Amino acid sequence: MRNSWETVIGLEIHAQLATRSKIFSGSSTAFGAAPNTQASAVDLGLPGVLPVLNGEVVRMAVKFGLATGAQIAERSVFARKNYFYPDLPKGYQISQYELPVVGHGSVTIATEEGSTRRIGLTRAHLEEDAGKSLHEDFEGLSGIDLNRAGTPLLEIVSEPDMRSAAEAVAYARKILSLVRYLEICDGNLQEGSFRCDANVSVRRRGDEELGTRAELKNINSFRFLEKAINFEIDRQIEVLESGGEVVQETRLYDAERNETRPMRSKEEANDYRYFPDPDLLPVVIDEDYIAAVRATLPELPDQKRQRFVDDFGLSDYDADLLTADRDTADYFERTARAANAEYKLSANWILGELSAHLNAGDLTISASPVPAESLGAMLNRILDRTISGKIAKEVFEAMWNGEGDADAIIEQRGLQQITDSGAIEQVVDEIIVANPQQAEQFRAGKEKILGFFVGQVMKATQGKANPAQVNDILRRRLQDPDS
Amino acid sequence: MELGPEDVAYIAHLARLQIDEQDVPLYARNLSEILRLVETMNAVDTDGVVPMAHPVDTAQPLRADEVTEADRREEFQRNAPAVADGLYLVPKVIE
Repeated sequence: MRNSWETVIGLEIHAQLATRSKIFSGSSTAFGAAPNTQASAVDLGLPGVLPVLNGEVVRMAVKFGLATGAQIAERSVFARKNYFYPDLPKGYQISQYELPVVGHGSVTIATEEGSTRRIGLTRAHLEEDAGKSLHEDFEGLSGIDLNRAGTPLLEIVSEPDMRSAAEAVAYARKILSLVRYLEICDGNLQEGSFRCDANVSVRRRGDEELGTRAELKNINSFRFLEKAINFEIDRQIEVLESGGEVVQETRLYDAERNETRPMRSKEEANDYRYFPDPDLLPVVIDEDYIAAVRATLPELPDQKRQRFVDDFGLSDYDADLLTADRDTADYFERTARAANAEYKLSANWILGELSAHLNAGDLTISASPVPAESLGAMLNRILDRTISGKIAKEVFEAMWNGEGDADAIIEQRGLQQITDSGAIEQVVDEIIVANPQQAEQFRAGKEKILGFFVGQVMKATQGKANPAQVNDILRRRLQDPDS
Repeated sequence: MELGPEDVAYIAHLARLQIDEQDVPLYARNLSEILRLVETMNAVDTDGVVPMAHPVDTAQPLRADEVTEADRREEFQRNAPAVADGLYLVPKVIE
């Protein structure tokens, strides 16, 4: 049923810009301060005040524009978006309308099928955030906290280029990764510094015209973004297939029930009566300014990914995972540098053991108790055959628990691999003598029994014998005890 | 373009203005006059003219990203009719 319909999705992402002060005032933007202690006369919309634009927000917007190959407006204009709500004391939000600072750009995402797709960016514009209304604690009253009022936002609007919930998530992740690489947004979904609204519509496959869309809000994780869109697709198809019509409206996602519900409908469609804000002059950006910002661009995720594949011989898949955020990519490069440029081994350990530990502890890689250099040093002990890969897991565990660096742990616990073939031979011989029946079976051609012997040798050496050597010696001695 | 009573009511509602029923015809007439003025200007050929966003022909100065405002909550909240726990209290609004 779903096959005869095509889904069309566009996203509006609000990225909170990581400035120290607000977009139009010198108030702090720090998260978590006591209510209204970071709300100045400008943020409160008191009479007689004037907004003064924070230069850093312009620089950050231009950075984003350059990273997405977008046109930077030589001249952009702030406009007033008029509506009434108590957490918007001026009665209007300062935003950009006809002339945004960043024009048409694009990003590339990887699809489920393993190919790539270009997603168009319509525009990105600067605006101020509103305050916060708290409805719970005051009988018949709402409490207003204006600390967030005036926090700078970059609203990133995509073209309706995505065709599935999974693509929408891939796109959102891409933008998140980009703003973090650029260090213009901390990208914390839970704290609301990276917010996604989705415009979703469906149309019969082959139709040219777009269907009527619903706008989904109140989504604070990528998992919910996917779920909300999938719920909405099914809902719209059901409405259309039963002969109904999709209404253009804003719907809120309810994570507990996994459904979208219409926001209590306003009496009339939004009519924001935008007009240029007379308090602010046009923002003029010249070539020199753009060149200076361009010079500060870091290596971007796509470039880094390609370099990891080309220079380090990593698979696309590994390179993708390692470059999704800058901290992980840096950690990987530092590990590999400390581990004799063994890129694949470093990647395996970071994406395997380290990731598993980080996930279990709900930690980011920058908070890892095992620094990159220490992990690299441990990998060196695998490379020089001091320890086996298996023992390395024990060493890593001890490092994770703060028991010191790899060499100290190996020394303390006596974990050095036994590579002295004389010593291994002695153990092997003892085990063959102790298990004559199994030895006979091996000689009769039962190959599988070798695993039993390997297990016995490892047990006798507490896992410290070099596995490759154990295999060789076992084979040799089983065939011919005098060899 | 001529504005009718419904237009006046709609505009008043958007601006959250309470107006007397008896004044509606007067407002409709006045607002229509303003629109006619704009229509007259529309007749001028402005091809190739960049729209003027501001009468002052200069660019927006930029401020350094520094925190310059101290906490003046107590002072500001003396203006407010009702506060609690540092919050401004307003009649309950929920959308």
